[in-house]
Amino acid sequence: MTATTIKNENGAAAVLLVATVLGAVYALAAAAFAHDGPFQIAAYIALAAFLVASGALVVGMANKKFVFDPSKYNEGVVKAATIATLFWAVVGMLMGCVIAAQLTWPTIFYLPGLEYFNFGRLRPVHTSGVIFAFGGNALLATSFYVVQRTCRARLFGGLLPWFVFWGYQLFILLAASGYVTGITQGKEYAEPEWYVDLWLTIVWVAYLLVFLGTIWKRNEKHIYVANWFYLAFIITVAVLHLVNNAAVPVSFFGSKSYDFSAGVQDAMIQWWYGHNAVGFFLTAAFLGMMYYFVPRRAERPVYSYRLSIVHFWALIFIYIWAGPHHLHYTALPQWTQTLGMTFSVMLWMPSWGGMINGLMTLSGAWDKLRTDPVMRMLVVAVAFYGMSTFEGPLMSVREVNALSHYTDWTIGHVHSGALGWVGFISFGAVYCLVPWLWKKEKMYSNALIEWHFWIATTGILLYIAAMWVSGIMEGLMWREYTPQGFLAHTFIETVSAKHIEYEIRLLGGVLYLLGALIMVYNVWRTIKSPKVAAAEVDPRANPVLAAAE
Amino acid sequence: MWKFHGWFERHTLILGIGIVIMVSIGGLVEIAPLFFIQNTIEKVDGMRPYTPLELAGRNIYIREGCYLCHSQMIRPLRDEVERYGHYSLAAESMYDHPFQWGSKRIGPDLARVGGKYSDAWHVEHLKSPRAVVPESVMPPYQSLATTPLDYRYIADNMKTLKIVGVPYTADQIANAKADLEAQASNDASPTGLTQRYGDKVVKRNFTGADKVTEMDALVAYLQMLGTLVDFKSYHADAPANQR
Repeated sequence: MTATTIKNENGAAAVLLVATVLGAVYALAAAAFAHDGPFQIAAYIALAAFLVASGALVVGMANKKFVFDPSKYNEGVVKAATIATLFWAVVGMLMGCVIAAQLTWPTIFYLPGLEYFNFGRLRPVHTSGVIFAFGGNALLATSFYVVQRTCRARLFGGLLPWFVFWGYQLFILLAASGYVTGITQGKEYAEPEWYVDLWLTIVWVAYLLVFLGTIWKRNEKHIYVANWFYLAFIITVAVLHLVNNAAVPVSFFGSKSYDFSAGVQDAMIQWWYGHNAVGFFLTAAFLGMMYYFVPRRAERPVYSYRLSIVHFWALIFIYIWAGPHHLHYTALPQWTQTLGMTFSVMLWMPSWGGMINGLMTLSGAWDKLRTDPVMRMLVVAVAFYGMSTFEGPLMSVREVNALSHYTDWTIGHVHSGALGWVGFISFGAVYCLVPWLWKKEKMYSNALIEWHFWIATTGILLYIAAMWVSGIMEGLMWREYTPQGFLAHTFIETVSAKHIEYEIRLLGGVLYLLGALIMVYNVWRTIKSPKVAAAEVDPRANPVLAAAE
Repeated sequence: MWKFHGWFERHTLILGIGIVIMVSIGGLVEIAPLFFIQNTIEKVDGMRPYTPLELAGRNIYIREGCYLCHSQMIRPLRDEVERYGHYSLAAESMYDHPFQWGSKRIGPDLARVGGKYSDAWHVEHLKSPRAVVPESVMPPYQSLATTPLDYRYIADNMKTLKIVGVPYTADQIANAKADLEAQASNDASPTGLTQRYGDKVVKRNFTGADKVTEMDALVAYLQMLGTLVDFKSYHADAPANQR
């Protein structure tokens, strides 16, 4: 490697520095002229972030830190996102346990007079924490890793991937602190207010540029299937985000904004967004993860190339239509509800196409399930994916939805997807990535992975079984009549009837969190371990993953 | 046929454009017509934009995340109509930016909670839910009763809502603060409040406090919920309301 191939990124750093200084100036002005207290807090957080970033850029430029060898992969940002994944996993899941405890023992876990920690404010911290912070960082880490390996090219954009990483962490921080202090748009999974939305838009465009640019300069003729899924995720989430968050701020120095759309149209747009946050953030992108980590761990080619083509296009086309099944029997016109239900049922097929392609990739390697808990984790994730994507179409049928809607059944359904599919596929990917990134032979302890697997699996089963029981029970109680023709139960009777199930749910959640903590310990010991992998061949000499056909 | 797919696999831009086209169709077909088809929103009497006090209360409702446990959407099912009242109409949320239909009933539906309980019940229940309903799992909201309502920017809020389509009049915006204070007061001397928002506006000191508190605004909002539409003049079978 000659010195001339080393690239210096001080120019880009200078541009970023100007941007962060401008950001700091706006944040300072926003703090000074803030219309409301919570917005002032957000402004101070942004100010601190921009000042730290500016300082880091100046120090880095002075010490010539922003140099890199373009012939090597950018693994630093992947490492950072992997650690962030673990951090936010623990935070997000802990928040879930806290709010589950609040619903179970309200006299103990609410702090009267401290509204900051009430259910209504912490619930978005939990949902955003696990979806966007834990899931999002897992996707940043794996997409940046996978796109480099499968394109045999370093990440595009020099410092840009680092901007994406730190920008995304700032987005999470601003969103979560806003929820606690009382800033929300009041739309589920799209709670961040206008200024956080704008910031995420900037970060997301940078993410798209990094990803597209890397594919663009690939040294591989074909774009690998995992990258189709990641790209579909990045593009579609951008569209969803922009449309659903279109709003007019009351002031540039206040947190409040009002949506462009209202009522029935707003409901349709929200659930078009909400369901495709599931479809693209939590499904398509994690299928990309599956298409890289399952074949590599199994050391088998992807089962069917043609199946991957068919189910990819069918999945992204059909998913977009499914949103109205969240609005059955509401004031949304019936034609829209029927379209949503029809496409939701159709969605079953491309979903199972992905499951079959993932599971059958193990053909000839099924024995690994016995010996390799990471392989087992990945496979159980795909199995949960299959189960949730069967349950989903079932619940989207109007008559079933009449019972399941507004109940805990939905909560159980979401968590079989989130804990079983998204969580396990991410844990599996992290267990693969950590030894690869930190150049270790293997994870510190295989036994701890076994413990993680079994504790977390028990947790998921307790969780979803409890929610099935409580959901169907409350649904039936709401509609139960006495022989005389009166409603059999008051609402509050259905609340107290669920107490046992809430305790079991909390236990399931705590077990799942415990599994994640075991993983954090295992990863930490692996990174600390002195064992180094045997001299690695130039990774770019490795054959790229290809399909069996 | 499979070779044709090589096109997408070899060209970043073609793959990207293919994705954009595929994910656009469903949304366009389902969302765009809702803005144009006339009978998406029923023709009803009685709907009006929120009064300044109700609007402030609604913003507190959103701020506290009430929608995460309480729906505002009664489905046309026998048990729901008997438990909560007439099923919800699209017209009833036509001025809701954003909508608050909700998705989960950890607590009961609130679409028609207006007028069902006394102000005192709401205040006590919000301050300490289990003092009123022992099995409740709702969080306590004690400080609402002591926190003065910040309505310095209430007119700006209404101006912004006007931009996005709520038909606030210049008169309503100009008198926002006065109307807000008038609605939260027991003072019977005539103000323009009822002229601007109708005779049915509930006007009284909701909490008994000297100042307008956040609790006043939230209770005013709750007491209005679901009471605006005149169901005597609403005919579900009329062709204009067939959806």
